[in-house]
Amino acid sequence: MTEHENGIFLQLNNISVVYSDVIQVLKGVSLSVEKHRIVSLLGSNGAGKTTTLKAISGLLKPENGKVTDGSISFDGSFIQNSSPEEITRKGIIQVLEGRQPFKYLTIEENLKVGTATRWTRPYKKDLDKVYDYFPALTKRRKSLAGYCSGGELQMLVMGRALMAHPRLLLLDEPSLGLAPLVVREIFRIIRRINEEQGTTIILVEQNANMALQIAHYGYVMENGKIVMEGEAPALRENPDVKEFYLGMSAGGKTRTYKDIKSYRRRKRWL
Amino acid sequence: MDFFIQLLVNGLSIGLLYGLSAMGFVMIFKSSSVLNFAHGELLAMGAFFFLVLTTWAGLPIYLAFLLTLAGSFVLGFAVERLFLRPLIGESLIFVIMLTVGLASIFKGILLFFFGGNLHTYPEFLPAGLGVQFGNVFIPPVYVASSFIGIVFLVLFGLFFKFSPQGIFMRSVADNQTAALSLGVHVKKVFALSWAIAAMVAGMSGIVLGVINGINVHEISAIGLKVFPVVILGGLDSIGGAIIGGIIIGLLETFTCGYISPSLRDVVPYAVLVCILLIKPYGLFGLAEIERV
Repeated sequence: MTEHENGIFLQLNNISVVYSDVIQVLKGVSLSVEKHRIVSLLGSNGAGKTTTLKAISGLLKPENGKVTDGSISFDGSFIQNSSPEEITRKGIIQVLEGRQPFKYLTIEENLKVGTATRWTRPYKKDLDKVYDYFPALTKRRKSLAGYCSGGELQMLVMGRALMAHPRLLLLDEPSLGLAPLVVREIFRIIRRINEEQGTTIILVEQNANMALQIAHYGYVMENGKIVMEGEAPALRENPDVKEFYLGMSAGGKTRTYKDIKSYRRRKRWL
Repeated sequence: MDFFIQLLVNGLSIGLLYGLSAMGFVMIFKSSSVLNFAHGELLAMGAFFFLVLTTWAGLPIYLAFLLTLAGSFVLGFAVERLFLRPLIGESLIFVIMLTVGLASIFKGILLFFFGGNLHTYPEFLPAGLGVQFGNVFIPPVYVASSFIGIVFLVLFGLFFKFSPQGIFMRSVADNQTAALSLGVHVKKVFALSWAIAAMVAGMSGIVLGVINGINVHEISAIGLKVFPVVILGGLDSIGGAIIGGIIIGLLETFTCGYISPSLRDVVPYAVLVCILLIKPYGLFGLAEIERV
């Protein structure tokens, strides 16, 4: 962990997560993230993607979950089961699934909460930066977040996270419930943030197609385990990923119900 | 007419105090969903602390007042730190029982030291503070309490609107998980809500003590009036607490003046029952924003 630049930034080493002492959700997940990269975490519902993110950000605790096994190291120190207050102050910020704005605060107040990890320092410049990334927020800065559209809220919560100067940004399904054009816009901005700020990003997505277009590396999860990993272009070409996550038949064409004899491939890793 | 104005002014100034102490109660409830049954005792603690500082220690009034505020602030902070923090994550009923227990303990301590008799503060408000309004005379106490009430209201308004801590407190009340994910110190926010709530309660305790004299049972009973107030205003609305307080204050003084003083303490609870039947979320409690 002494290599700088593009060394291992975050390392999950064989972690297990148990909720309420009985429900095991993660069964030995290992993954590593290099600096300045976008790593995508794919998988179906209930695969454990969100739990993995929460294990990293410390948000398991309020839900009565715990990392029972394995270790998580970030930038040289172990952070498994630390409190969210400590972890955020190391520079790991999670953008929660389903947007979760502060409904009764204005857009600008929402953004100000993003400075919680460094609240004595000035934030004027950061506000301008966020408005530059998300111009749609500029004209709504005085309105209550509860009255904004889904697209605006997604931009708001991402902007709020940027206010904290994250070194590692965890994005949980930023495309959830958004129109395709807005999704494209959001992904364009994610890539821009990664390129311009050098922010390392872990991107959890259902939309595997979009995610693999901007990610450098990808992991596929199923049933609380990592079942496949690889550079994004290689994953995009992988026949299993194509079949199960990109909705294409092995031949590369979109699968159709017209072909009566089509049968589902068996997942090779099962 | 003069009588009406007299009652109106008295009701308003008492109502402001109810509103302020209810605001403390609502702050605790909003940030940590704890119903604080020891709120009345926090008022009493403030009132007696002030009594000790003025009569026994003989400190000048404003110094005693500031010290009481500071002391109550520390008391609230300590209560959260020692008793409530270990219970974070436990079922709500335990936490509520804990506050009931705390109420008895505080009351017991006060009864032990001061007994159940009526105490009074030395006369300290200058008589010149009273306002003559045609035939209506507003006594100094009411002028002072309205003044203090309004000053505190404005201060808290500014605090919640503009200061970072105020914005963090509102964010925790709004969406605790999201606040945690951004690194807001949620526990510090809990502690601060308790501290501020206790401080405001202590302040109300002093003023009520000046108006009615100080008696452990009476002041803590007045503290329990936060319940009708917050039910009327809506349990999760700080603005509603203030307005609810003013309404209850006015109702009380008008009943006392026009009907019978013995009904005074009944009215708030009658209102509580009616509101629960008609509009259980209170006047301002329903403002849940639903996105369409």
